[in-house]
Amino acid sequence: MAEHIVHAPFPGVFYRRPDPESPPFVNESDTVASGSVVGLIEVMKMFQEIRSEADGTVTEFLVENEAAVDAGQPLMRLT
Amino acid sequence: MGAASLPRKVLVANRGEIAVRVIRACQDLGVTAVAVHSEADTDALHVALADEAVAIGPAPARSSYLDVGRIVDAARTAGCDAVHPGYGFLSENAALPRALAEAGIAFVGPPAEVIEQVGDKVAARGAAKAAAVPVVPGSDRLDTAEEALGFATDVGFPVLLKAAAGGGGRGIRRVDEPDELATAFAEASREAEAAFGDGGVFVEKCIIDARHVEVQILADAHGAVVHLGERECSLQRRRQKLVEESPAPGLPAGLRKELGAAAVRLATEVGYRGAGTVEFLVDPHTWSFYFIEVNARIQVEHGVTELVTGVDLVVEQLRIAGGLPLPLAQDEISWSGAAIEFRINAEDPERGFFPSPGRLTLLRLPAGPGVRVDTGFETGRSIPPYYDSLIAKVMVWGSDREQALARARRALAELAVDGVASTAPLHRRIVGWDAFRSGQFHTGSLERFLAG
Repeated sequence: MAEHIVHAPFPGVFYRRPDPESPPFVNESDTVASGSVVGLIEVMKMFQEIRSEADGTVTEFLVENEAAVDAGQPLMRLT
Repeated sequence: MGAASLPRKVLVANRGEIAVRVIRACQDLGVTAVAVHSEADTDALHVALADEAVAIGPAPARSSYLDVGRIVDAARTAGCDAVHPGYGFLSENAALPRALAEAGIAFVGPPAEVIEQVGDKVAARGAAKAAAVPVVPGSDRLDTAEEALGFATDVGFPVLLKAAAGGGGRGIRRVDEPDELATAFAEASREAEAAFGDGGVFVEKCIIDARHVEVQILADAHGAVVHLGERECSLQRRRQKLVEESPAPGLPAGLRKELGAAAVRLATEVGYRGAGTVEFLVDPHTWSFYFIEVNARIQVEHGVTELVTGVDLVVEQLRIAGGLPLPLAQDEISWSGAAIEFRINAEDPERGFFPSPGRLTLLRLPAGPGVRVDTGFETGRSIPPYYDSLIAKVMVWGSDREQALARARRALAELAVDGVASTAPLHRRIVGWDAFRSGQFHTGSLERFLAG
């Protein structure tokens, strides 16, 4: 199966949950569909949804929740 | 602290232009200024200008600028006797003054209980009523469309239906005519139930073409309260102010006086201390005014008040925190000319104001007669993605509004921002916009201008 990496489109802080009380958008071994939300990036107080561009199964998160990320940085691996 | 005196050494618990502003006030007073910075701000201007600097943690604000423990530790470690919170971050979080009090360090701002009281919408509204300050007519929670119609008929249409459990602009719907109310009420209640798990709805009078006008106040620890006039802040996009000015153009002299007196009454009622702002909606058709909220901090737009009054508000904050009395009585405060502020944000007006962090390859700031710029940046420094988008505040002063507008046009033409997108081009359009030039605008005007 082809591997797909979700990248940060812009710099900011990466969040795995919509808010601190909610469960994560996705966990390892979850199946995701292309276009589904897999995280948020906060850039200058604005929250933008990050969507997967492929169908697949999450195999690994490459950054921690609430980590500072650069533009283009790999966020998670799908197969 | 014992006898009243200025703080000796102040921790500036903020970043960007407001940290620079507070450092300048400290240094003007001969007070030692200690900057704090996250890992993203090691090379920031405020760190370079401060007398000392303390690292407080990783880039995300939650682990640095918003962490009460780290701020208190930094103040203690650096030997500070006061902490100035700036605006945003911890400035209106009562946990900071409480933690500082335990550590024997002064907080440059109101007492914790006052921050809590004015930060609670219901309590603040109650205090306003007790101080005979008008509030936007609103009902209690209503159960039926008939009750809503009765209230709406009393205060007059249009009205807003608001979800009792809502907030931040969610769950609000406008009703213009009595015969639309029953349907709208049912829908609003159903939506409130779905969104908030509580179908409670209340009715509020809708002020058409409302202007946002706010009053600057100063209160010392000895019960003296003065106001420093108003600021007109109606040019907003999604409730974010973009242009502010003082005085508010076209405001009748009697109304100006009433607003100032109302703000002083409210500040006295809650036992306010420090610099604060009382925000009002003004109905330009009737010149009625209604209290909205109190901002218990120094505000971004404080500079326009300083330009027309000659009072250094941040210096006064530091003096008040040291227990010193206000140096001016109300009748000693005078106003001269007109001042306007333009917020230069790292946002792209062509792309829905999307944030534009990055390295400033050029930041050429305007100067010359009647121009003041407050910024936390300079050419070659980077705007991090983690914090707010404010690059600089371009402020102009003129002996009248016409001269201020002429200087605004010139200052904005001198300004150059390269490397990131900014709101500078939008401001150049705004200074040529008839509604702005004539002072005929309200809180809905800018969004209409942007859409057209």
